[in-house]
Amino acid sequence: MKIVFTTKGTTWDSQMDPRFGRAETFLIYDEEADTLETVVNSETEAMDHGVGPQTTKKVLGLGANVIITGNGAGQKALEVLKSFDAKMYVGAGDMTVEEAYEAYKANKLQLQF
Amino acid sequence: MREVVVISGKGGTGKTSLSASFSYIEGANAVVCDCDVDAANMHLLLGANFNNQSDFYSGEISVIDPEMCTNCGECFDVCRFDAITQEEDTHIVDPISCEGCHYCFQVCPHEAITMVTQKAGDVYISDIKQGGKMAHAKLGFAAENSGKLVAKVKSEAKMLALKEDKGFVITDGSPGIGCPVISSLSGANLVVLVTEATVSGLHDLKRVYELTKTFNLKCVCIINKYDLNQVITTKIEDFLLKEKVPVVAKLPYDETFTKALAIAQPIVEFDNSSELSQTIIKTWDKIKQIINEEQK
Amino acid sequence: MKITIASGKGGTGKTTISTNLSSYLSSLGKKVVLADLDVEEPNSALFLNSTLEDTQVSNKMIPSWNSEDCTLCGKCAEVCNFNAILHLPKEIRVYPALCHSCYACSELCPTNSLPMVESRIGQISKFSCDGFDLIEGRLDLGQEMAVPLIAQTIDYVDENYENYIKLLDAPPGTSCPVIEASRYSDFVILVTESTPFGLNDLILAVETMKVLDQKYGVIINRYGIGDNGVEEYCKKENIPLIAKVQNDKEVAKLYSQGKLIYNEIEHFKDSLDEIIAFMGDLK
Repeated sequence: MKIVFTTKGTTWDSQMDPRFGRAETFLIYDEEADTLETVVNSETEAMDHGVGPQTTKKVLGLGANVIITGNGAGQKALEVLKSFDAKMYVGAGDMTVEEAYEAYKANKLQLQF
Repeated sequence: MREVVVISGKGGTGKTSLSASFSYIEGANAVVCDCDVDAANMHLLLGANFNNQSDFYSGEISVIDPEMCTNCGECFDVCRFDAITQEEDTHIVDPISCEGCHYCFQVCPHEAITMVTQKAGDVYISDIKQGGKMAHAKLGFAAENSGKLVAKVKSEAKMLALKEDKGFVITDGSPGIGCPVISSLSGANLVVLVTEATVSGLHDLKRVYELTKTFNLKCVCIINKYDLNQVITTKIEDFLLKEKVPVVAKLPYDETFTKALAIAQPIVEFDNSSELSQTIIKTWDKIKQIINEEQK
Repeated sequence: MKITIASGKGGTGKTTISTNLSSYLSSLGKKVVLADLDVEEPNSALFLNSTLEDTQVSNKMIPSWNSEDCTLCGKCAEVCNFNAILHLPKEIRVYPALCHSCYACSELCPTNSLPMVESRIGQISKFSCDGFDLIEGRLDLGQEMAVPLIAQTIDYVDENYENYIKLLDAPPGTSCPVIEASRYSDFVILVTESTPFGLNDLILAVETMKVLDQKYGVIINRYGIGDNGVEEYCKKENIPLIAKVQNDKEVAKLYSQGKLIYNEIEHFKDSLDEIIAFMGDLK
């Protein structure tokens, strides 16, 4: 599975970013290959509207099966996610990336839809 | 940290006066967030010092370089907003009409057009009365109030509240039902609807309440000037009962409100011992109680 | 003659003035039409003995995806500066709420796969009220942009009431909706109150009028409740002070009942006379 975290940094110790659309950074963890990749999300700063769907498209383009975040996505973004079979888990906003992953594995996070 | 958002739909119901009083009471335990960026007023009541200022950028407008412009008129042909006119041997953009769509930029064959990000306002973090802090903003003239500036002010307020471990964010919302209000409501733990006992007060309350329903937000209501018109007050109460929205206060039409406003003081600062002030203090306690119950 | 009645701050009495003024002018035999441009919360009709005559749907144009000839090249998403178009692997998605109707995607599409279609944003209603008409723009809940509807409501009035005195009741604030409601008028009346709030917002409104290069004057409503900050400001800046409407709880009571004021309260009618005299001098 490819898991995407919304984060404020680039390592397992980094804090999670509770936002999705305007999250600072995405960390992509490939469970099979055990690799951690960083993708920056700075272009959303300049956007006034419609950030959710654009970010969703970007994240899906990275091959995400699972997204782990804090607050969750807005209506428009959720609809895009639904049509792609990706799952969004929320509730990890105050954790580190490592803690968020562990919480996900232990079924402690909520599925947004 | 809990966020209370105070909105009213209609202007002039007393929303800002009440938010300011709540802030004054809560003092250093709250961060105030003035989301009424189009005609901000909270800073007057709470003695904001505009300590920390940052520029806010939003939206673009096109600018045509007269040196590069060959007057071909391609830009004029595509602009849907009548923002481009011909002047002598160049075309120019009216910054007020320009929507920032950059269609002209796409079609200009001579690369004479650049898109320039606009400074759309100023964001401030101020120290206010009673040791509190406030995030507020001033929207630039002719700038679009897209909700983005509101989002910025909200995020500054929340970050400050989390960093300094404050109990509450008290948000004074924008009037209306559009983007800025929707942005004001985002993430609210409780919405306080302020209305007045007038025909238009009831009408606008219903419209803005529908908005809160869309976002599944818990609401309570304050009926201001209730004794101005008992018939309307009853209609408001009936409506709220049907919608299961608790009325946390009914405030009388009281000149104290206006007197305090006239010298730019929250009512509870102006005349703490008055019945009106005491009611407001009790109302804030009630609001806090309801939020705490909701969290369980 | 087209006059916009605006204010920086909400709740200063724009609608009270505009509804009473139109009714009074009409009773004096003038041809007048009132437009309610506070499209997010239009409530002028509540104060007038109004009968709905007609309603028409108000639309904005948005692109609609036709998959038939589309090659999914993504040019549409590329040229949209508002993120209203999402280019997905197997489809093009349009977000109507974000669309500003610039037509770029539609006209630059190499396969003509995004024809522009009408999408409802609200409605324009015509009410007849004791001798004059009220044209009300009402934005649908969930719509985010007021400006297109305000523009369409003004167009409706221009097209149907050519030689009338046109009173435009603007929304509160100083940003785009107010600008749209003010920019093509002959004069803008700014209604405020004699308090620090009123002064603060008046200054903002005046700055906006200056950016528009518009002519303006001030009415102080609920005169007597605060200080003379507004009066002094007007004097210093040479802004015409058109009228000072007295603060009166009886006015508030009538307002709360949705009734017009000028027939019941003498000093209020006197203020309207002052306003009408000023308007007469404008010509």
